[in-house]
Amino acid sequence: MGEISVIWKKFYSSRIFWPVAALVFFLLVNLIIKADFFTIEIKDGHLYGNIIDIIKNSIPIMLISIGLTLVIATKGIDISVGSLVAISSAVVAVMIGGNLVMVNGHQEFVTLFPMPVAILGALLVTSIAGMWNGMLVSRVGIQPIIATLILFIAGRGIAQLITTGQIVYLYYEPFFFLGSGYLFGLPFSLYIVIFVLVITMFIVRKTAIGMFIESVGINPTASRFSGINAKNIIFWCYVFCGFCSGIAGLVVCSNIKSADGNNAGLLMELDAILSVVLGGTSLSGGKFYLMGSMIGALIIQTLSVTIWSFNVPPQISLVVKAFVIYIICLLQSGKFRKGLFRIFGGKEIVS
Amino acid sequence: MKNMFSTNNKYLSLLVTIALFILMFGAGSVMYPGFFSFQNIFNILINNSYLIIIAIGMTLVIISGGIDLSVGSLLAFSTMLAASLLENYHMSPVVVIPLVLATGSIFGCFMGCLIQYFDLPPFIITLAGLYLARGMCYVVSIDTIPITNSFFTSVAQYEIHFSPDTFISINVVIALVMILIALYLAHYTKFGRTVYAIGGNEQSALLMGLPVAQTKVLVYTFSGFCSALAGIVFTFYMLSGYALHGTGLELDTIAAVVIGGTLLTGGVGYIAGTIFGVLVFGTIQVLVTNQSLNSWWTRIAVGILIFLFCLIQRLFESGKAAGGVKTPEVSDASVKKIE
Repeated sequence: MGEISVIWKKFYSSRIFWPVAALVFFLLVNLIIKADFFTIEIKDGHLYGNIIDIIKNSIPIMLISIGLTLVIATKGIDISVGSLVAISSAVVAVMIGGNLVMVNGHQEFVTLFPMPVAILGALLVTSIAGMWNGMLVSRVGIQPIIATLILFIAGRGIAQLITTGQIVYLYYEPFFFLGSGYLFGLPFSLYIVIFVLVITMFIVRKTAIGMFIESVGINPTASRFSGINAKNIIFWCYVFCGFCSGIAGLVVCSNIKSADGNNAGLLMELDAILSVVLGGTSLSGGKFYLMGSMIGALIIQTLSVTIWSFNVPPQISLVVKAFVIYIICLLQSGKFRKGLFRIFGGKEIVS
Repeated sequence: MKNMFSTNNKYLSLLVTIALFILMFGAGSVMYPGFFSFQNIFNILINNSYLIIIAIGMTLVIISGGIDLSVGSLLAFSTMLAASLLENYHMSPVVVIPLVLATGSIFGCFMGCLIQYFDLPPFIITLAGLYLARGMCYVVSIDTIPITNSFFTSVAQYEIHFSPDTFISINVVIALVMILIALYLAHYTKFGRTVYAIGGNEQSALLMGLPVAQTKVLVYTFSGFCSALAGIVFTFYMLSGYALHGTGLELDTIAAVVIGGTLLTGGVGYIAGTIFGVLVFGTIQVLVTNQSLNSWWTRIAVGILIFLFCLIQRLFESGKAAGGVKTPEVSDASVKKIE
């Protein structure tokens, strides 16, 4: 009993508690509405169910928020991620090519470039875009929100330039595996997220890089004095964020089987920032929580599902989303919690 | 070198914006016959009057060191509210217009209170405000509501003529009045000076005994008011209420403010700069249309412009370390000083 309470206290005081609590809360609400919410069936060797759907739909946001968490930890922000998703989709779609070739009534899979080349091409382009962001922030010294505003606005234009303003439809089936394929019963894209997450976690937690990032976020000048190359740390965080957005773009493109420069990744930057913040990483930089961001992405998707299961018209779900954001922000605000505890006479918790 | 630029040229970025506007307009006049006319300038004003009004509110918010992402959707909500009250409830414009303005102000005040009293980041709170206002539009109606009210249609069609060919609309007059009010507020009142002080350094402002909390809430309230007024102006312009009016407007507004020379770190910026920022924005649109380029070139051009402006600002402001963001450039300077 004593041990459990110690573990509970540790968990309660950790930053991950509130995000997890919010996620559990929404899942329970769903369970109350729909008793079979957690059922997972096996069809055609794949797992099917609400939970799988939630995970599958939150994957692009998860991928983006891995990179974005690091950027936000350096006291920066990247609002161009949604546009980078559009650019990545556009590049990969154009390089694979949108031709439907029928030979003797059967579809022949043709590509303009081999698929790996197309994928690498898209990732290269978004990484270069990330370098552009990183250069502006770390070398030129432009404020992050403005530096990335440039690509936010111009990026969609560039994506449309690549696709010449049209929606490119894809017919090359092997590419669809990326976004809608299944491996060992789970969506293939989930393995991509896990792969990227594990590598990132390894790099930031098992080497000193994570600490460098945090120290740059807390005080760049002091970090510089203690011998950290703050410029390079910031630069590579933005490159990595561009790279992650590129992967998200591939998944989105392969999932909807087309590239739309205007609408791919629309409003994704807002959801991604939200999931990072919900995960406990502060917008003022410093400590970051990659797992928290993943949970944040799941919260956003679960929230949408919850709203739908209340039979609320999808358009109005924005209102509910807004209020939930307000409530979660208030719960995370130290001032609000202090006030609450004063009202209820409890002890103050220093987080 | 650096100091000479930063101390002597307080209005330099403002001058750069004005020069850019004259340059772009001049280039257009050389390239296209008939481009240079008073009516063309007036048309830019007519087509962007709502942007001017929103950008005024945004400028003050940004000078105070915050940001307001809800402006575009608050504009949409105002058009919806006005259209619905006029058409579905047949209320008089005399009641509707003050009601819409009050709603916008209350919305802004609500966000300001959350930001100030619970210490929440403006970016997130106004982002939620963006969702909230956009969602409220759909609560009113999912479809477009056309406005047939005689007052609104007559205002929309009214033209104030200077000569047979040159005229402005009522919207431009409203925008001009707002510019005057904002100039007065920003430069000749205690409120305006407090806004600049908060943007420069909130802690110092607090220690100086300035009403920081009250002013910050007021700034967001004013921005909400501007968005609602822009919504009314937009209904005069479009004669309809629609939930998709003004999508992405928040970033166009920020772009115009930045082109106008306001620093996003707060404390530095001019209302006049913002006006020219909007004019530059409008001129780009006209040029792109005249060149019969695809509309995406507007976005690319605006992106490039923001980039150039940031570069210019960095060049001239690098000595000044404005506000909270400590850039590596700044730390270089401080290293040198200590050595």
